[in-house]
Amino acid sequence: MNAQEKWIAFQTIFIKEVRRYIRIWPQTLLPPAITMTLYFVIFGALIGSRIGQMGGFNYMQFVVPGLIMMAIVTNSYSNVVSSFFGARYNHSVEELLVSPVPNWIILAGYIMGSVSRGLLVAVIVTTLSLFFADLTIKHVGITLVVVLFTSVLFALFGFINAVFAKNFDDISIIPTFLLTPLVYLGGVFYSLELLSDFWASASKLNPLVYVVNGFRYGVLGVSDVDVTFSIAMIVSFTLVAFVYSLHLLNSGTRLRE
Amino acid sequence: MQAALSIQNLSKTYGNDVEALKGISLEVQEGDFFALLGPNGAGKSTTIGLLFSLINKTAGKLHVFGIDTDSNFADAKKLIGIVPQEFNFNVFEKVEHIVTTQGGYYGLPVDVAKQRAEKYLRKLGLWEKRQDMARELSGGMKRRLMIARALVHEPKLLVLDEPTAGVDIEMRRAMWDFMRELNEAGTTIILTTHYLEEAEMLCRNIAIINEGRIIEQGSMRGLLQQLNTESFLLDVEGNLPERVEVSGFEIRRLDDHCLEADVNKGQSINDLFSGLSNLSINISSMRNKANRLEETFVRLLS
Repeated sequence: MNAQEKWIAFQTIFIKEVRRYIRIWPQTLLPPAITMTLYFVIFGALIGSRIGQMGGFNYMQFVVPGLIMMAIVTNSYSNVVSSFFGARYNHSVEELLVSPVPNWIILAGYIMGSVSRGLLVAVIVTTLSLFFADLTIKHVGITLVVVLFTSVLFALFGFINAVFAKNFDDISIIPTFLLTPLVYLGGVFYSLELLSDFWASASKLNPLVYVVNGFRYGVLGVSDVDVTFSIAMIVSFTLVAFVYSLHLLNSGTRLRE
Repeated sequence: MQAALSIQNLSKTYGNDVEALKGISLEVQEGDFFALLGPNGAGKSTTIGLLFSLINKTAGKLHVFGIDTDSNFADAKKLIGIVPQEFNFNVFEKVEHIVTTQGGYYGLPVDVAKQRAEKYLRKLGLWEKRQDMARELSGGMKRRLMIARALVHEPKLLVLDEPTAGVDIEMRRAMWDFMRELNEAGTTIILTTHYLEEAEMLCRNIAIINEGRIIEQGSMRGLLQQLNTESFLLDVEGNLPERVEVSGFEIRRLDDHCLEADVNKGQSINDLFSGLSNLSINISSMRNKANRLEETFVRLLS
């Protein structure tokens, strides 16, 4: 395939992915909007007003970046995991496998489709948050880098999950029993300063801590961890996950016999 | 004329040590209408899976119009279209989207993919259904949708894996006409089917595969000539006498109005008609007792 044909193939996969989640918007775009609004109302407005300051900001301002990042992580992950596993399940993935599309284009198409959903949900959630808190972005560049790489990283994790999943249970186990707890314990609702030294140190083993704090630094300018280290970790993991995902496609793991 | 498909010593052993293909070799010439036949589990689908990289081969070589698939599978894939046995599209997508999306995977610009989708959906009687979800189509329509999808990039080699399974007779005949039309326009076609009269009627060359090996390969005519005896059912006007004997022919009286006669290779059916006429038996109609290819197929497998 020449460069133009590859570009068309990428666009085709990307548009197909976008069309899919737009078509089922009550399942993909509406739930995060409702859930995050409830978080804003309960944790921000009702309970938050009694908590007072955290990290030098009122509680509502403190939790908003974490909640936006939570929406990005879960939506980037869940889009590709359900879409790619669905394509494996109904064998429509064969449409791609028999075509001349290079594997890296297939991966890029699925990942960017997921990233677009993560970013669209981020825009929706951020817009809703403006009804509850004043939000100004302190470091635009860092914010964009963290958002983009985090979205790509979790889309890649979702892709890997979709490749290895044998049934629909397997695509919900990791989000339910691993991703959600890590997000909740990743400092979305609290600062690590509130924890004892042991638990604060233990929390730093949680990769979501770096994601949440990297984004919070971009928006508010405060972080519980070193931001340079956070960004380096996110970018490094993204590269490793991309190479591994491409290896899975090239080797035909669970796709070719 | 170059070979559209050339397979040399192709073998496949699955992880559970099942040897699905044991070093098969075959060649399909450009422009041919080729039948790949065999019983269930013979290795047909494995061969097709290997051709489309859905299955990784254990050993052997595959060339498509001279392109070595080991070194340039992408270019080879551009020349091939596949209609698989099982439905493999997203049933929650619209009919037209399924075809145009496939065009996109082959690098076709949107306007070209749309034109081709219209052309083939119309030819296959699905244009009126283009806005329907694929799940709303009948089984026969779904099969035709897969043909339209396989043609959107206008491949030079089309592989049809049981394309008429579950299709009603009227539509099956329309699909036969369509396949002939494609072949006459230059598309090389490889057909697998369990309807042997379909293969006999459409295909010029044939390979029969069994237990992972090619057991017969050549022209359809040559293969059918291997038959030593053909049986015919003859309907007669009026009532038959109790005994019907014509010298040199094995004849069985099935009922008062029907005979079964065996005609050996080298015998003339005219001699049979003359002999019956001498007995004042007039034939009103005649048909093969069984499909000729079916008889050959069964003989080869037994």
